[in-house]
Amino acid sequence: MIPEQLVDLSRLQFAATALYHFLFVPLTLGMVWLLVIMESVYVMTGQVVWKDMTRFWGKLFGINFALGVTTGITLEFQFGTNWAYYSHYVGDIFGAPLAIEGLMAFFLESTFIGLFFFGWDRLSKNRHLMVTLLMAVGTNLSALWILIANGWMQNPVGAEFSYQTMRMEMTDFWAVVFNPDAQAKFVHTVSAGYVTGAMFVLSISSWYLLKGRDIEFAKRSFRVAAAFGLASVASVIVLGDESGYTVGEAQQTKMAALEAMWETEPAPAGLKLVAGINEAQGKNDWELEVPWLMGLIGTRSVSKEIPGIHEIRAKNRERIERGIVAVGALEALRQHRDDAVAKELFERHKADLGFGLLLKKYVADVRQATPEMITRAAHDTVPRVAPMFWSFRIMVGLGFAMLLLFGLAFWSTLKSACTQKPWLLKWALWMLPAPWISCELGWVVAEYGRQPWTIYGVLPTHLSVSTLSVNSLYGSLAGFVGFYTVLLVVEVYLMQKFAKQGPGSLGTGRYQHEPTHA
Amino acid sequence: MLDYPTLKLIWWLLVGVLLVGFAIMDGHDMGVGTLLPFVGRNDEERRVVINTVGPHWDGNQVWFITGGGAIFAAWPLVYATAFSGFYWAMLAVLWALFFRPVGFDYRSKIHNATWRSTWDWGLFIGGAVPPLIFGVAFGNLLQGVPFGFDDFMVSTYTGSFWQLLNPFALLAGVVSSAMITMHGGMYLAHRTEGDIQRRAVRGATGAAVLMVLAFVGAGVWLKVGGIEGYVITSVIDPGALPDPLAKTVARSADAWWANYGRQPLLWLLPALGVGGALAAAGLVGARHTLSAFVASALAIVGVIGTAGAAMFPFVMPSSSMPNASLTVWDSVSSRLTLGLMFWATLIFMPLIIFYTSWAYRVMRGKVTLAHIRANEHSAY
Repeated sequence: MIPEQLVDLSRLQFAATALYHFLFVPLTLGMVWLLVIMESVYVMTGQVVWKDMTRFWGKLFGINFALGVTTGITLEFQFGTNWAYYSHYVGDIFGAPLAIEGLMAFFLESTFIGLFFFGWDRLSKNRHLMVTLLMAVGTNLSALWILIANGWMQNPVGAEFSYQTMRMEMTDFWAVVFNPDAQAKFVHTVSAGYVTGAMFVLSISSWYLLKGRDIEFAKRSFRVAAAFGLASVASVIVLGDESGYTVGEAQQTKMAALEAMWETEPAPAGLKLVAGINEAQGKNDWELEVPWLMGLIGTRSVSKEIPGIHEIRAKNRERIERGIVAVGALEALRQHRDDAVAKELFERHKADLGFGLLLKKYVADVRQATPEMITRAAHDTVPRVAPMFWSFRIMVGLGFAMLLLFGLAFWSTLKSACTQKPWLLKWALWMLPAPWISCELGWVVAEYGRQPWTIYGVLPTHLSVSTLSVNSLYGSLAGFVGFYTVLLVVEVYLMQKFAKQGPGSLGTGRYQHEPTHA
Repeated sequence: MLDYPTLKLIWWLLVGVLLVGFAIMDGHDMGVGTLLPFVGRNDEERRVVINTVGPHWDGNQVWFITGGGAIFAAWPLVYATAFSGFYWAMLAVLWALFFRPVGFDYRSKIHNATWRSTWDWGLFIGGAVPPLIFGVAFGNLLQGVPFGFDDFMVSTYTGSFWQLLNPFALLAGVVSSAMITMHGGMYLAHRTEGDIQRRAVRGATGAAVLMVLAFVGAGVWLKVGGIEGYVITSVIDPGALPDPLAKTVARSADAWWANYGRQPLLWLLPALGVGGALAAAGLVGARHTLSAFVASALAIVGVIGTAGAAMFPFVMPSSSMPNASLTVWDSVSSRLTLGLMFWATLIFMPLIIFYTSWAYRVMRGKVTLAHIRANEHSAY
């Protein structure tokens, strides 16, 4: 049996390092397009302030990018180091998008970022713009392939289990690529990144405007950020992740959990604004609901039912019972590959194999599972409701607050009045953390919401870990926490130092706060 | 469509190509990092050294990341078993690599001697530690590693981290470190001038000689030092579904020399390793720096090729459960995935080589002290 503590620590380490990585990714995704826009204006108009904008915001982009690269390698490594059984079990499918990401996207992005920073004097204006554009394309393609890999974890299409090799194998690459879950995730995630980039530039520009420094530089930056941010935040909300919620069972389960929908409700279901969640008794003590809305968002129809948590658990209990047969047959097949009886039995029940494997958390030989264990395993198939419910609400609430902010900011720049509204500038400054909080909570909803699976319906998280000692995990977790804390302190220090110094840090002589030393 | 045995063979070659690509491309900037504190005696000199790879280290590092991804996709069992088995060694590589992106980007952003020299040593760690550990890992693969599988293919590694640091493996680590330092030195000689170049040449030459001695020494040790190789004793069906537990494997004293006996042309690989390094040392002494760099790249091909050819078809032999050893025939992905990844590599690899070469062409020429002074605020 796999020690519970090992599983928990492995999850904690992955969650911590992934959330940390995603402090840097969204800013990269968004700022890279802002750089493209700013540099395009420079190439078209020849006004040097636009070049300075590209270079100054590029400097901050670079400080952020360095940590994005640093922490990204950790994630790739960790599949092998800490999730060895996962890597074996699904590497045939999951590894491909990761490798293609490297070949198609990451090389592009990383090669051209060097020329972006160091090629200003060696490339013509148009060539340099092309370099910036290719860097942006690479960054976004990179997100595409990573989210294809992640989408497959939510909705494992185009693959089949093989008892001979004891793993999942790809049957249809294009099904994996055009997985509706992955596509919805890609649009939602990169848009969220664009919002983050826009908010970063908007907030810092607002601060310059509040301080009355480098006005021309800041006003232009503010305007670009407001327009780009408004378009992006609208895209995040309209093309939100919900478009994928009707797709697979994983998403249905997530939806039930994040809506705290215990019972299946007649269509169209209402949307709960807030609720008193009673996890132990499986009900809400009280709730405040807007009728119809959830059904419309979730199913885009007024007649389709959304299953509730109790119904999902009851259905999964049956699948676990069939899964026990599948696991038993598989064990016999692994002993004798030509056992015809076992093979026939396995083929009939293999759709529920993953559900049978859920019992491995409680008993080594799943055929010995007691009804009580089966009930516990079925209960596990829906994650705890409160973290889902509140994470989702904070994420969405901040999303609408940002929509309002970007709308007002855009309106004020159209009227060329942004400098006269200190309350708007202050609000923009204080909203700086909002996109990061939303992004992180979005991943909590997506990944915590998929538990108890790493691959929904296929491979339980519990079985996915490497056979390591608990002490190794304590050691590595301590190492990551230590390293990452120091790196974050250094990054934030540099970021605020250069943000405070402003475009003067370029040393062009055109701005305030030029560097004092030679 | 290509048949399964051919694809398995192609992927052995492609993983080799990616490893060699990593060693040549990321290797030269790691070598530069290793030499940094020694060839740059003051802040400005060190900035010269760093800026020779400033625009390129990030693209080069992707060889490493893509190599990892390709092993994940093509050899998932190797990826799973090696990364989890070598847990602490892998984390040491990872943590050493942490110093590179931040070291390069953050070092010169603050005008403070302690800050800068701290990052210089960080870049040294990021350059020196990974090649050392990869060499040690290869040294262990040649001896076999204690791991096995259960019926459900759950792998368990039964060794410890300290066990990896045995004398033969450490010698392999010296080969790898010296090789990468040599290569970085050749590159640095090509991109710098004056005192820095002179020190780089000295470092590169010393490393080349050390590499040759350690490489030949490791070969002699392997031959006479009682390190057994592994050999498959059952019939191999290269087209079979991958199942590492379906074969039988024995240890034998001369197993790692068997391929060389069957195919004497393979001796060209170790010859290239030794000859390339010596030629590089000679050429750099005569200041034919670009040719020296090419020669040291060929030496890398020779050295990595030598180890690969000796072990073929083994990738990761198991010392504790030899039948569970991972080979190119039985630790691979499905035929569909191998085929797909082959085509993806075939399409994108030439593109990558094309735009990488373009990037180096744009940034070509010597990096000088005058250049650093003129770009005080934008150079690394």
